[in-house]
Amino acid sequence: MSSEATTKTTYHIPIGPIHPALKEPVHFEFEISGERIIDVDVKLGHVHRAVEWASRKRNPVQILYLAERICGICSYCHPIAFSLAVEAAADIEVPERAEYLRVIQGELERITSHILWAGVAAHEIGFDTVLFLTWEIREKALDLTEYLTGNRVTKGITMIGGVRRDITKDMIPRIQKDLKFFKDNFQKLAHIFLDDKTFKMRSQNCGILTKEDALKLCAVGPTTRASGVKKDVRVDTSYFAYGDLDIDYITPDKLTGKINGDVYDRIITRLLEVKQSIELIEQCIDKMPAGDIVAEPKIPKLLAQLKKVNGEGVGRHEAPRGEVIHYVKLTGEDAPYTWKVRAPTYNNILPWIPMLKGEQIADIPIVAASTDPCMSCTNRVAIVNNGKHYELNKEELHRLSVEKTRRLMR
Amino acid sequence: MGFSMLGPVFKQMFKKPWTNKFPAKYQPSSTTKYLEAVGVGKAKINPPIPTPPNFRGKIKYDKDKCIGCNLCIKVCPCGAIESKPEEKKIKIYLARCCFCSQCNDVCPVKCLSMGDEFLLAGTDPYSKELIVE
Repeated sequence: MSSEATTKTTYHIPIGPIHPALKEPVHFEFEISGERIIDVDVKLGHVHRAVEWASRKRNPVQILYLAERICGICSYCHPIAFSLAVEAAADIEVPERAEYLRVIQGELERITSHILWAGVAAHEIGFDTVLFLTWEIREKALDLTEYLTGNRVTKGITMIGGVRRDITKDMIPRIQKDLKFFKDNFQKLAHIFLDDKTFKMRSQNCGILTKEDALKLCAVGPTTRASGVKKDVRVDTSYFAYGDLDIDYITPDKLTGKINGDVYDRIITRLLEVKQSIELIEQCIDKMPAGDIVAEPKIPKLLAQLKKVNGEGVGRHEAPRGEVIHYVKLTGEDAPYTWKVRAPTYNNILPWIPMLKGEQIADIPIVAASTDPCMSCTNRVAIVNNGKHYELNKEELHRLSVEKTRRLMR
Repeated sequence: MGFSMLGPVFKQMFKKPWTNKFPAKYQPSSTTKYLEAVGVGKAKINPPIPTPPNFRGKIKYDKDKCIGCNLCIKVCPCGAIESKPEEKKIKIYLARCCFCSQCNDVCPVKCLSMGDEFLLAGTDPYSKELIVE
């Protein structure tokens, strides 16, 4: 024992749950040898808010606004994935115009989220001038969001079977003006992020996630696409109006010709996605047909219709961070029988381990930030029993999981 | 590359600030005292930037039109609306309101609408300003 203690060359460094370098509560335990990271352990569950439990007392229309509050940045993709799930369960057909409007809102959220992320990434490596430059653009994106939906963050635009607000003809010049602003500034931003020496030094060959690891750990969104895995719900399932639009997987080899899977590649992927989103919104405005924006405008009638439904549905949407999945089971009552949320960050946490191994301590913030983590979205399992907080091990979790499956099948 | 930031920095020095100095140009030593002074007309508030059309602010309630159908209570996500059965009217607690305007959409007689007012912070959730009836 004592001889082991004297020859020990590695150290454990706990970081978090509350730490100045972390924006949200997450606990890391690093095993460090000198400056190198040998091993990483991640612990979650510090911001569990029982959102799913709260849904048991609410009807589907009320849950839309609850889902909006799972995450502030993804305040569109959670309600839309929920309504996709409910639409699948209740066989509601969404009008074509609403499908296009949904694409516009989703892509606008992607622009806002990716630009926010770019600023945070710049901040993490100490490049704060770029933070302010990117957030100047984001401010415009938020203003446009406010113009289209009524509020800046909690948009309240989703309705089961469509959207709540239409884009009228007189709104289009303003949208085009802002899109032009994004395009002009996008060039500037891309130049700073992709050609700057500081960014290249910090991000190239840092936090590498290989294609095999990305596939094995089921990474989603830009994190996996930066490693060369072609996975994007928008292309794979062509929901909403994505089937009619010109859209392709964004992988970093489109710009550089090769895939490294490092932080630099993740920056490229996100920046190219911003450009793609701008183009998608333009296409939508051109192609949008006239018609209804919601399948059933009378909400009491919609609620009565949903009350009769006996079935389950899954909603998948490509959120800015990756694929978000909502599962809903309706059993002919006011509130759904169950509602399960799988946020994209949940899949993007395990890839941190291969990314961080072998890196230096100072690389932790940028590598962790490069997956665009969102802890509040993720925290789903935390068990508090008689005031005691305990974690579940694998076997027990599996047993509970099997039990839940059986219960749901009943 | 070296000094590529210099241009934007110099431009920034002579540009008008993007932000609107609200509620005062400089941080007052005591915000409460400043607001009290505004209340009696001694100081002037720097106006906030106007809200966009269709902004969802403080709810306006047209009591005469309301028929007391209670549909708004059924869809309110945060339980901010209370029924007054003897009068067949409603009471809205803004401290709980999440400003989704779902009650506006569901109202069959359109007696509810969203206003422009957004400065609703207060210490007492049951104060007069935070209850609409």
